[in-house]
Amino acid sequence: MGMLTKPAILLVAMYLFLKFVVPNIPGSAPLPASLIFLYLMLVTAGIVIFYTMSSESKDAFWGPIQRFLTGENLGVLSTARYALLVLFPLLVGWQTFGSTAVSDAPPAENRTIHPAPPGEYTGLSNPVSKTPENIMQGKGFYAAFCSPCHGGNFDGKGPAARGFNPPPANFSDPTTIAMLQESYLFWRIKKGGVGLPIEGMPWKSAMPRWEVELPDEWIWKIIMGEYDGAHQSPRTWE
Amino acid sequence: MMQRPGIIQRLVRFLAESPAAVAAFVATLGALVAPAVGLAADTGFTSAVAYRDVPVVGSRNLVWVIAQLHLLLAGFVLGVPIFAWLCEVVGWKTGEKRYDKLAKEFTKLLSSAYSTTALFGGILLFILIGAYPKLMAYLSDIFFPSFMVYCALFLLETATLYMYWYGWDAMSEGGSKVFHLFLGFMLNFFAFFIMIIPNSWATFQASPVVIAEGSDLARAWAATWNPTWWPVNIHRLIANVVLGGYICGAYAGIRYLSARTPEEREHYDWMGYVGNFIGVFGLLPLPFAGYWLMREIYQYNQQMGITLMGGFLSWLFILQAMLIGVLFLGSNYYFWMGIAHRIPGSEAQYKKPILTMLVILLLCLGVWMTPHSLVASLAEAQKMGGTHHPLLGVFGVMSAKMTVSNLMVLVTFMSFLMYWQAGKQATVGWARVAKAIMNALLVIAGLAVIALGVYGYFVPAIIRINYFSTSQVGIVLFVLVTFTLLTSAILKSAKTTTEMVWGRMPPRAGYALVLNAVMVILLMTLMGYARSSSRVHWHVYGVMRDSSQYAFSPALGYAAVLMAANTFMFCMIVAFIFWVATMGDKAKPAHGGKEKSGDGHGALPAMAGGSQTLDKQI
Repeated sequence: MGMLTKPAILLVAMYLFLKFVVPNIPGSAPLPASLIFLYLMLVTAGIVIFYTMSSESKDAFWGPIQRFLTGENLGVLSTARYALLVLFPLLVGWQTFGSTAVSDAPPAENRTIHPAPPGEYTGLSNPVSKTPENIMQGKGFYAAFCSPCHGGNFDGKGPAARGFNPPPANFSDPTTIAMLQESYLFWRIKKGGVGLPIEGMPWKSAMPRWEVELPDEWIWKIIMGEYDGAHQSPRTWE
Repeated sequence: MMQRPGIIQRLVRFLAESPAAVAAFVATLGALVAPAVGLAADTGFTSAVAYRDVPVVGSRNLVWVIAQLHLLLAGFVLGVPIFAWLCEVVGWKTGEKRYDKLAKEFTKLLSSAYSTTALFGGILLFILIGAYPKLMAYLSDIFFPSFMVYCALFLLETATLYMYWYGWDAMSEGGSKVFHLFLGFMLNFFAFFIMIIPNSWATFQASPVVIAEGSDLARAWAATWNPTWWPVNIHRLIANVVLGGYICGAYAGIRYLSARTPEEREHYDWMGYVGNFIGVFGLLPLPFAGYWLMREIYQYNQQMGITLMGGFLSWLFILQAMLIGVLFLGSNYYFWMGIAHRIPGSEAQYKKPILTMLVILLLCLGVWMTPHSLVASLAEAQKMGGTHHPLLGVFGVMSAKMTVSNLMVLVTFMSFLMYWQAGKQATVGWARVAKAIMNALLVIAGLAVIALGVYGYFVPAIIRINYFSTSQVGIVLFVLVTFTLLTSAILKSAKTTTEMVWGRMPPRAGYALVLNAVMVILLMTLMGYARSSSRVHWHVYGVMRDSSQYAFSPALGYAAVLMAANTFMFCMIVAFIFWVATMGDKAKPAHGGKEKSGDGHGALPAMAGGSQTLDKQI
């Protein structure tokens, strides 16, 4: 059984690491079960690959499992074998029940955060010149209209942010607005949450439809102010 | 008592012996049908019917299945001649007959598959004309000149394949061998153009260039040279080699598992190794070609780019990461098993490096498979503050993905180098210095790739895309080329300390080869769906709208079922083709009298559950 101990310890250690250590790293959060499962599957694949590389290690790894399953010279472990015979179908049954039973919990999130913009918004470029005055003005508009949710520091932590789920976007994160062209932000600000396509789940965003309150020029200035304030650059092709 | 073979058996044998005849028939049929399409357009007749449906299955599903099967078969048929010809060249240059035999065996598979490919092409054409008459009339109007070129190329390809395959034995020596090699070259030459012409039709649908004025030829040329044409050409060319390599590897794997004599086992073990090597060889540059294609799509149309990489199709790229990951793991696993089983006594020496490479591959794969937006329950999302994890969310973007894919390419290349060097001892004086330099270079290259990946988060996207990502690729390519040249120079005069023994691989090696082939087929079906769905509700993006009842993007689950079905059907077709192709081989010993009995353990093929027996023998 010695050969099986190491992989078992490794799997358990990995689970504990992902479940309890990673969430406690500063700035981190608990991992969803889907990701933990994914990583554990990878570790399992690694174990199987490593231990089946040569015939000796394969026999040492697989032999005990095979002997246990076939019941060869088990001794005291034969009881465990019968226990497995009972427990395994129960486990499958429990899993099946868990995945098919009626529940009041909403299904797992599968929202597309960055759905494709409508054709009329692609290729638009910011018509407002990037002067310090315009950027400052954009920041002023941002402070007035956007910062209550997206935060004065552009980090998505405005005073009203706590009330929203999903939370407002964090512009200082290099994986948000830095990945997008200015025209994309123009579409999002103008049309808001209700203007999202179905895959973006328009009912899940509280972003107002700013086109009813702000002229286009102000929106373009806000975009400049956002990028400048968050120390990010828009995606360009030049 | 001898029985006369039945009509089906005779038919099957005829097909096995004369696949090129069938190919010629189908090609002629295609050549006759294509002008008819063009003539229909010339008469100015406009079909009143824009769409026709197919009962039960639906016209779109039928086109999807047939097009995918045709494409997969075509990928195989266009990929195999490349390395079959290269093998023949190696055999001719080195005088080693086994390479020539291998090239012939590859070509045998090719000649059988060729007719089926043409057959599916013909079926696809008929269904498209019937189900999408308006679209086909529009495409014929633009591409009629290239239809003609395509037909001519097809006839030339068929004739060349005829001569190449049937003339193999007749042109095996002296000047006639050189002519045979020339035929092989021409086969690839025509095949390349046969690939890129239909690519222009498909890429035109995604990134059309339509000019209102000019001659028919000028319009066709403008439409052909569209923004995604060359990225797709290059990507498909490499992918075809990968597909061909892994399928030949799977063929060898199955033949190995069912081998009855040590000679057969040795041969198919070696063929499996070559197939896997070719697959890996193509796999290494494939991510770069894919990245270039995506970049061009983004640049062509932001909407299409986001639909693919950020929108509802972005989940496909997580599935893609999983499949590519399995492919990398499977290929490396096969290399590592080769070291453990074919080179006696080397396992202990390479255990630690293998473990290190395995850990790096798994870490990289973990990053590659981590989505930006995670699948999370409401409670989990609340705890994370959204569906982006505050810490691991950084793994979800291109900077991380590019970094790990480059590292995986490096590791896989190192696996191959390790295999190449195993059982050999360098004799040149400068070998030690060269190895030290290579080790240092490898570490520097790895660190540089990581550093560029991390720094990529802090620069504008255009800097990352144009300079950092290309630098990462450049660094890896530099390592690949430099190390290959240095290792080859070192090993030229190296002493063999342990002879490589073929035919000793365990059955799971054969299964690994089959798994790799299935993965690459799944990958192609997956990305075929992605490429086609990126047009959303357009037949021709932004030009001709899909107004059929199927003008919606199928859900990912639905698409996954069709992808799996396509993969299964393709595997069955390939299995049938290979069965037909090898029928003659099986008949020969039976007619020739006694079959070689080998060492007596051939009676229990491993495929029939005899794997433990084979395991004990080795």
